[in-house]
Amino acid sequence: MLRNSGALLFSALLASMLLGCGKSETTSTNTSGDALVVKIGAAAPLTGAQAHIGKDNENGTRMAIEDANARGIMIGGRKAHFELLSEDDQTDPKAATIVAQKLVDARVNGVIGHLNSGTTIPAARIYNDNGIAQISPSATAVAYTAQGYKTAFRVMANDAQQGRVLGEFAAKNLQARNIAVIDDRTAYGQGIADEFIKAAEASGAQIVAHEYTSDKAMDFTAVLTSIKGKKPDLLFYAGMDPQGVPLVKQLKSLGLNAKFMMGDGGYTPKMIELAGAAAEGMYASLPGVPLDQMPGGREFAKRYEAQFKQPIQLYAPYCYDAVNVMISAMQKAGSVESAKYLQELAKISHDGVTAKIMFDEKGDLKGGAITLYQVKQGKWSVIETVGGAPAAKH
Amino acid sequence: MEILLQQIINGLVQGSVYALVALGYTMVYGILGLINFAHGEVVMVGAMVALAVIKVLLATALSPVLVLLLSLLAAVGVCMALGYGIERVAYRPLRHAPRLAPLITAIGVSIVLQTLAMIIWGREYHAFPQLLPNASHSIGGAVINEVQIAIVLVAVLMMAGLLLLVHRTRLGRAMRAVAENPSAAALMGVNINGVISTTFMLGSALAAVAGLMVSANYGIVHYYMGFMLGLKAFTAAVLGGIGNLRGAMLGGVMLGLIESLGAGYSGALTGGMFGSNYQDVFAFIVLIAVLIFRPSGLLGERVAERA
Amino acid sequence: MRNVPDFLRPNKRNAWLAFVALGLLLLVLPFATDALLGRGWVRIVDFALLYIMLALGLNIVVGYAGLLDLGYVAFFAVGAYTYALLGSPQFGLHLPFWIVLPIGATLACIFGALLGAPTLKLRGDYLAIVTLGFGEIIRIFLNNLNAPLNITNGPQGISQIDAIRVAEFSLGRSQELFGITLPSVHLHYYLFLALTLLVIFISLRLQDSRIGRAWMAIREDEVAASAMGINTRNIKLLAFAMGATFGGVAGGLFAGFQGFVSPESFSLMESIMILCMVVLGGMGNIGGVVLGGVLLVVLPEALRNGAGPVQQVLFGKTLIDPESLRMLLFGVALIVVMLWRPAGLWPSSQRQRELEAHDGEAQQEQDTVYDASR
Repeated sequence: MLRNSGALLFSALLASMLLGCGKSETTSTNTSGDALVVKIGAAAPLTGAQAHIGKDNENGTRMAIEDANARGIMIGGRKAHFELLSEDDQTDPKAATIVAQKLVDARVNGVIGHLNSGTTIPAARIYNDNGIAQISPSATAVAYTAQGYKTAFRVMANDAQQGRVLGEFAAKNLQARNIAVIDDRTAYGQGIADEFIKAAEASGAQIVAHEYTSDKAMDFTAVLTSIKGKKPDLLFYAGMDPQGVPLVKQLKSLGLNAKFMMGDGGYTPKMIELAGAAAEGMYASLPGVPLDQMPGGREFAKRYEAQFKQPIQLYAPYCYDAVNVMISAMQKAGSVESAKYLQELAKISHDGVTAKIMFDEKGDLKGGAITLYQVKQGKWSVIETVGGAPAAKH
Repeated sequence: MEILLQQIINGLVQGSVYALVALGYTMVYGILGLINFAHGEVVMVGAMVALAVIKVLLATALSPVLVLLLSLLAAVGVCMALGYGIERVAYRPLRHAPRLAPLITAIGVSIVLQTLAMIIWGREYHAFPQLLPNASHSIGGAVINEVQIAIVLVAVLMMAGLLLLVHRTRLGRAMRAVAENPSAAALMGVNINGVISTTFMLGSALAAVAGLMVSANYGIVHYYMGFMLGLKAFTAAVLGGIGNLRGAMLGGVMLGLIESLGAGYSGALTGGMFGSNYQDVFAFIVLIAVLIFRPSGLLGERVAERA
Repeated sequence: MRNVPDFLRPNKRNAWLAFVALGLLLLVLPFATDALLGRGWVRIVDFALLYIMLALGLNIVVGYAGLLDLGYVAFFAVGAYTYALLGSPQFGLHLPFWIVLPIGATLACIFGALLGAPTLKLRGDYLAIVTLGFGEIIRIFLNNLNAPLNITNGPQGISQIDAIRVAEFSLGRSQELFGITLPSVHLHYYLFLALTLLVIFISLRLQDSRIGRAWMAIREDEVAASAMGINTRNIKLLAFAMGATFGGVAGGLFAGFQGFVSPESFSLMESIMILCMVVLGGMGNIGGVVLGGVLLVVLPEALRNGAGPVQQVLFGKTLIDPESLRMLLFGVALIVVMLWRPAGLWPSSQRQRELEAHDGEAQQEQDTVYDASR
C-alpha cells in the first residue's frame, strides 16, 4: 500500500512538474563576451481579467530596454546589455510572491512592477529582503511606499494624491457644499474615498453621507435613496466602472439631481458606452497628464503602435519611464548592483515621457500630476491638469 | 416618509428579483432534495443568450415587442436544454453517491459555465438595450418604473403558476410523488427520470425569465452576474424554507426589504457604527436568527430530524 | 486501526524501509524542487502544505462529523489576522510567533465553537448556508473595522508583518545550518512540514479515538448516535472547534510567510476550494485529503505554466487565455472526478464499503432521490 500512496503523491508531483516547466520568458540575444549583462525583471498579470493591461506594461518595459540596447549605454566604463525577464503574477497576491521569488532567484538587477497594489505590496517585501530595487509603474495604494522599504519606488501619483485633487476640485472648482460619498470597500475605493473626504472637508465642503457598496453589487437603490434624503449637490463614487454604470443609471431614475464624480476607475470608454446618456456631465480623473500633453507623448504613442500593432492601453509610458529612471541611476552610480545604485535612484531627477521624475523620501513621485475629465457630448474631454512637473522637451 | 416609502419599494423590487431566482432553486430542491448550485449560472446564460439574440434582431426591422419575445423564447429554449444537460451529465449518475458528490459537480458545472461564458462573450460588461419605453411612476413621492413593476408582477405570477402546476396537474402530482418517495412512485408507474428532467427544465426556464428581467432592470450583463445573484437567491430560498414555493417568494421579499431598510437606516440607528457596509451582515444575522427558531426556514415543513 | 494508512502499521515487513524512504524524500524535496524547477516552486510547495493543513482541519468537520461547512476560510482569516495584529506595526506589537500562533489557534477555536452553537439543530443544506453566512460576516467585519476605530486597517490590509522568528533565528532570511545554506522558503517548508505532520498525527489519533467514533456515528445517524448516549451537542461543537483550530494555525503561518494579509484573501471561493480538496481527495481519509490538497494547489499552477506553451506548440498561437483554460479544465476535472469516483480519488475504506452496500440494497429506504447515503 505504501507503494501506492507514496507513488501516487510522488507521481502527481512529478507530473505537475513536467507539465509546469514553463520557464520565464527571456529576450536573450547573443551577448558578446565583455558586455555587462543587466537583467531587468518585469511583473504584471499576463493572464486573467487584466491580461491586456499587464501585456501593455510588459510592452512599455520591453520598448525601453530595446531602446537602451540600441543607444548603447555605458555603465561604469563597460557597455551594458539589457535583458528582460517577464513574469506573470496573475493579479494574485500569493502568485505575486512566487513570481518575486523567481525574479530574485534569477538575480535580476531591478524590477519594474507590479501592476496592482494588492500584488505589489506583498512582493515588495521579497525584493526588499534581497535588496533589489523595485519601481512600480501603476500601483497606487499608499501602503506600498509606506512600508519603509528603501527599495520601493513608483512613478505614478498615489491614491492619496488623487483623492486630494478630486476632493479639492469638487469643493473649490465645482462649488459643491454638500457632498455624498459611496465607496466600494476595496483597497482602492476606501483609500481614495478617505482622502477625498479629508480634502473636501478642508476646502469647506460638508460630507452629508458616506455610504458603502461592494465591487460585486448591481443594485444601489437603497444607498442612493438614503443619500437622496440628504440632498447633496455632488456624489462621489470611489470604485470601478462596472458598478459606476448601473449606479449612475439608478441615480438618474431615482431623480437624484447631483453632480456625479468618480476617480480613475470611471475614466474609461466603457463607462460612456454602457451608461449612455446617464454618464453625460459626469467627472472622472486619471493620474498623469493626458498623453497628448506629455513631452514625448505623441511620438511615444506612434512608436508604440508601430511596434506592437495596438494603441497604448494605460500604463506603458510609465513603464518606459521606470526603466529609464533605473538605467539613469545605474549610470550615475557606475554600477548595476541595486545596493550601489539605490542611493542614486532616491535622488534622481529624470526627464521622462510622462513627467519630470523625482522621488520623495518614501519613494513616491514628487508632485505627481492628476488630470480631470468630464463627459461632454458622449466623449471624455480634459478639464484641467493639477500638479506635476512637466519634463523638459527632449 | 417618502424616503421610507422609496426604501420599501426598493426592497420589494430587489426582493422580487431574488424571488424570481429563488423559485428555480426551490423547485428543484422541493422535488429532488438537491441544491442546484449552478442555477445562478443558468440565469446568467439566459441573460447572455437573450442579449445575443437581441443584438442580432435589432439590426432587422422587427418591432421591439417581437424582438423581446423572440429573445425570451431563445433564452428559455437554450436554458431548458442546458438544464436537461446538466441534470443528465452532472447529477443523474450521482443519485446514489455520497451527499457531497453532486455538490462538487454542481460547483464544477458552475465554474465551467462561467468560464465558457467568459470565453464566448468576453470579460467585459455588456449594455442591455432598453427596447420598450420604461416610464417612471410616482407613488406618494417615491418612484417606480415599469420594468420594476413587471418584475414584481412576474415573480408573483410565476409563483402562482408553479403552485397551480404542482398541486393541480398530473405532472405536479407525479412530481410530488417523486418528492415523497421515488421508489414507490416508480412502482406506481411514474417515469421518475422523465419527471426529474422536466423539473430541471422547468427550473431552467424560470432562470431564463429571471435572467432577462434582471438584465432589463439593471441594463448591464456580464459573465459573473450569476454568482452573487445565485447566492442571494439561495439565501432567500433557505430563509423562506427551501422546497416551499411560497417560502421562496416570502424569503426573497424579506431579504430584499432587510437589505434596503438595513442599508438605509442602520447607520442612523447605530450612530454611524454599522452603516451600509454591514448590509450583508444584517441579512445573514436575520437568517441565522430565523433558523435558530425555525430550523427549516419560515414556511418549511418540519422534517423528521436526520443527520 | 482500520483507517490507518497501511504504511504506518508496525507489523509490515518493509514498513520501516518505506517510512525512511518517504522521510528522506520529504527532507530533500525543497532542494530537489529548487534545483529542478526553481525556488518559485518551493514557494508553491509551501503553499501546498498550508492548504493540506486547512483541508485536514475541514476534514474533521466535513469528513468525520459530516457537517457541511462552507465558511471554513473564516478560521484561516482569524488565525492570519491574529498573527498580523500582534506581530506588525499596526499596533506596534511584535510578539514572538510561538506566543502568537497559539493565541490565533485559540481564538479560531473559540470562533469555531461560536459558529457551532447556533447551528446545532440545522441539517445539511441549512447548515451550509449558515456557515457560508458566518464566513462572509467575518470577512465583512475584517473589511470594515477600520472605522470608527482602526483595528484591521480595512480593505488596505496589514503589511510589514513580522517574519516567523524564534529568538534570533528568523525564517525570513537565509540561515546557515550544519554548513548548509537554507533559504527562507526552505526554512518555511520544514516548519510547515513539521506542523502538517503534527496535524496528520492528531487526525490519525482522533480518527480511532472515542471522539472520532462519536463523530462518525453522528455522521451516519444523529438520532441513533444520541440514543447510544453520545452527547451530540458537545461532540458537534468539538468538531467545529477542532477543525477551526487547525485553520487558525494555518492562518498564522500564512500571515508570517506572506508578510501581508488583506480581506480579499479570505473570500468564499477560498472556502469552496478547500471543500473541493477534501471531497475530491476522499472525505474522511487522511491520505485522500492530503492528495486533494496537493493536487488542487499544484495542478492549477502547472496548468497555468503549461497551458500557454502547449497551445503554442499545438496551434502556433495562444487560442484561449491560459487563465481561462485553467479554470475550464478545473471545472471539468471536478465533474469528471466526481462522476468517476463519487467518494473521492482515495476514499476511506469504510466509506467504500458503504457505497458498495448501497448499490445492491437499501434503495427503497431513501426519502428523496438524492438522499440515498446520508
